[in-house]
Amino acid sequence: MKKSYKIEVDCANCANKMEVAAQNTAGVKSASVNFMTLKMNVEFEEGQDPKQVMPEVLKNCKKVEDDCEIFF
Amino acid sequence: MNKKQKKMLVRILIASALLIALYFAPFTGWLRFILYLVPYFIIGYDILIKAFKGIKNRQIFDESFLMAVATIGAIALALYDRSGDYTEAIAVMLFYQIGEWFQSYAVGKSRRNISELMDIRPDYANVDRDGQLEKVDPDEVEIGSIIVVQPGEKVPLDGVIVEGTSSLNTSALTGESIPRDANVGDEIISGCINLTGVLKIRTTKEFWDSTVSKILDLVENASSRKSKSENFITKFARVYTPAVCYAALALAILPPIVRMTAMGVPAEWGTWIYRALTFLVISCPCALVISIPLSFFAGIGGASNAGVLVKGSNYLEALAQTKLVVFDKTGTLTKGVFEVSGIHHNAIENEKLLEYAALAESASSHPISKSLQRAYGKAIDRSRVSDIQEISGNGITAMVDDTSVAIGNDKLMKSMGVQHIDCHHVGTIIHIALNGAYAGHIVISDIVKENSKEAIRSLKRSGIHKTIMLTGDAKKVAEQVAGELGVDEVYSELLPGDKVEKVEALLKQKSENEMLAFVGDGINDAPVLRRADIGIAMGAMGSDAAIEAADVVLMDDDPAQIAKAIRISRKCLRIVYENIVFAIGIKLLCLLLGALGIANMWLAIFADVGVMIIAVLNAIRALFVKKL
Repeated sequence: MKKSYKIEVDCANCANKMEVAAQNTAGVKSASVNFMTLKMNVEFEEGQDPKQVMPEVLKNCKKVEDDCEIFF
Repeated sequence: MNKKQKKMLVRILIASALLIALYFAPFTGWLRFILYLVPYFIIGYDILIKAFKGIKNRQIFDESFLMAVATIGAIALALYDRSGDYTEAIAVMLFYQIGEWFQSYAVGKSRRNISELMDIRPDYANVDRDGQLEKVDPDEVEIGSIIVVQPGEKVPLDGVIVEGTSSLNTSALTGESIPRDANVGDEIISGCINLTGVLKIRTTKEFWDSTVSKILDLVENASSRKSKSENFITKFARVYTPAVCYAALALAILPPIVRMTAMGVPAEWGTWIYRALTFLVISCPCALVISIPLSFFAGIGGASNAGVLVKGSNYLEALAQTKLVVFDKTGTLTKGVFEVSGIHHNAIENEKLLEYAALAESASSHPISKSLQRAYGKAIDRSRVSDIQEISGNGITAMVDDTSVAIGNDKLMKSMGVQHIDCHHVGTIIHIALNGAYAGHIVISDIVKENSKEAIRSLKRSGIHKTIMLTGDAKKVAEQVAGELGVDEVYSELLPGDKVEKVEALLKQKSENEMLAFVGDGINDAPVLRRADIGIAMGAMGSDAAIEAADVVLMDDDPAQIAKAIRISRKCLRIVYENIVFAIGIKLLCLLLGALGIANMWLAIFADVGVMIIAVLNAIRALFVKKL
């Protein structure tokens, strides 16, 4: 399943870091962050509930860039 | 400016004012130090907090950490030297914040600029409910509803005009500024602006499926397909920052130790630590990381405003390297509007022959079938036709009433063993056999688009090595059109499958960094569009198949747009390379000067913030493509 989320982040490098952090979250098959449109596209692994995975994604993103937000 | 940016601006102004005031203030010693800490904390408290959190989360190489280390280090050095020169450390923090502020402002602004360019999203639809107009969200309109579009309003959904005539401004979709006429019965696509008359439209699609939604979706997602340059920069940034940090550490420790032990001169720890700190300031890769995607984003935005939709940064990159352009003939270089221009050697009267031809071809949507049906001019009674068999690339056999009709090219006649008569006219020759006996042929010819010749010429001027035309049409027709247009190579009488093979053969011949673009009208060349390095579909307003299959979609059916698309991509890529070379070049130069002790922290600030600002401004140039 693929979903797109609006994000807030200030710098482009931080967006790249968020992308890596999201990709390394359990339950996420692939993730890409688009800094220009401030969107994060997440593809979840089979049988994963986005509602449970997304808080983890946010937690991991906060670790690499404290000043970020994902709206889900 | 948003709230965050306003708050930051206030902090920047207060800190700058304090810094200037303190510069003229006569304080010395500890009082001076404490007073200088005030602007330092005003401007940098959030950076210090972030740096601390970064250490806690084991993210030590982020830029907040670098800025914190560099500025605290500089303040400590000033204390240690008793120079009282705290200005530099605070200025570093101040300029860093100004740079961040500017970046956020410029990116936000260009984000808005680009979305304004693509401002085709309709806000509402006027639905006609028993004579009463009701304003609703386009999302809620069902297929088959009647909507009313007043002059000056955007057409919110795709549909068919049922009442009214008007002219439409399609410039937001096609970049074409001349209005189009719209009459009853015409299909109309969302995103156009109604100019003169009131139109009543019966919708044929829901909003999410309408042209406007598709285009917006496509452009918004375009920059997530990353180009090689973007991937390079991402990788570079991952290596660059840690590398510079370790280099800074080495610069702070190694030279003093060597001086002490091997050369027997004083270590000068202060000098080397200062040099190491300038390294840290230069190490932020932001100028690169921001400016490259921004250039692509602006390029894609500018292109879409000119009626050229590019599905990803990678395609924009490939487009710039295009050296071979392969065209489909029909509908691309020619209008694809065929007209019956002659009927020869017929055994029965013209009308009767046309009737058989139109009936046999009634199930086909091929332009040739359409033209036969148009020439026949009467309503077609499909119940008279049965047993239709389409022989791909050759023609059709069918039963009309009680007659077996074979209609198609000379290959079909040969395969059926019918003796046919060749035609000396240029055009598509449709032979007809009735009950296995030759009944004459119909000549159909296509018209070359006005701009095709100029399009080929301007491609040549833009440095395209070779233009090639592929067609299923007869050799004679193909060569005549190719000669007229100045196309370099022609391959004719190709079946749809042959076109894929031909393109594959061409792909093998060319060298790796030359790209091959295939241009088609997207109706029946989807496989070729996919196979080519870049598939360009044209005249795609409203054609879903083309938008799906192609990498680049030209909204207009003007072939001159191809050269324009290539020029847009080249400009964008030139800006990308400029930014890469400029940013990396300046940074490396400043690192070198810093290591030698020539560059001070002010130059380091320029290498970080200045370069970023210049790169961002340069990136925004990619947006301006009107005059290309």
